Amino acid sequence: MAEETRKIAFICSKGNLDMAYPALVMGWAALGNGIDVTIFFTFWGMDLINKHRVDHLEIPPVANTSMKMNMMGVPGYLGIPNLVGVLPGMTAFATKLMKDKMKEMGVPTVREYLEMLVDAGAKLYACKMSVDMMGLKKEDFIDGVIDIVTAGDFMDMTEGAQIIFI
Amino acid sequence: MATRTIAGKTVQVNDEGFMTNPAEWTKEIAVELAKEEGIEELTEQHWKVIDFCRQAGMSSGKAPTLRQITTGTGLSTKELFALFPKGPAKKVARISGLGKPEGCV
Repeated sequence: MAEETRKIAFICSKGNLDMAYPALVMGWAALGNGIDVTIFFTFWGMDLINKHRVDHLEIPPVANTSMKMNMMGVPGYLGIPNLVGVLPGMTAFATKLMKDKMKEMGVPTVREYLEMLVDAGAKLYACKMSVDMMGLKKEDFIDGVIDIVTAGDFMDMTEGAQIIFI
Repeated sequence: MATRTIAGKTVQVNDEGFMTNPAEWTKEIAVELAKEEGIEELTEQHWKVIDFCRQAGMSSGKAPTLRQITTGTGLSTKELFALFPKGPAKKVARISGLGKPEGCV
């Protein structure tokens, strides 16, 4: 009966709103299925656990070839021209659109999602090199970030885990 | 489709041991299935979750998602994970005689 618990570790390296969600959704599903979850935040992914930044993640419409205007109700698969995408306010506009859509679907915000994950037992860690590079301190992080660790520490703590890089 | 006898009643189950006909479920079956999932005794709070799942999933045969459960019962995520440790999504669904939840959150 002493079955070994499956373990999954996510490396979150991106801070754009759309790239914040994969680890949150999969991590939550993993916890719901009794899988042990560790999340390591590095580089731009630091924004997800930075309490000053987590509520302000954005998605830029420039050079995003998959973002089509049908999300705004324009029929077909018309893209947003890059030249339009660079106009002031376009990133905020695209971000609002995505956030509204998420809300409509009942998807929690990134901050709330992370709280759920921590409450369900996920272990969150911040990357030492990114912390040093960005001049961050433990006080800058949301509750639930256990520690600031090195890449080597991460390797030690994820022995036997399946690792997903995002 | 396989069948098995739980708490003296023969019910239909799938390969993973989930009941496939929610109408065959009884409270006695829930008690037995809970034991199989490592929960020796179902407390009032466990029943609150199970009752909610039964109501929410009766027509679809699918269990609600964990977030729907916390929102619907008023229990916190921590409490839910403490009541059904190590995989509440699957455990709650199985004990309630329902299929795995269809949503992701």
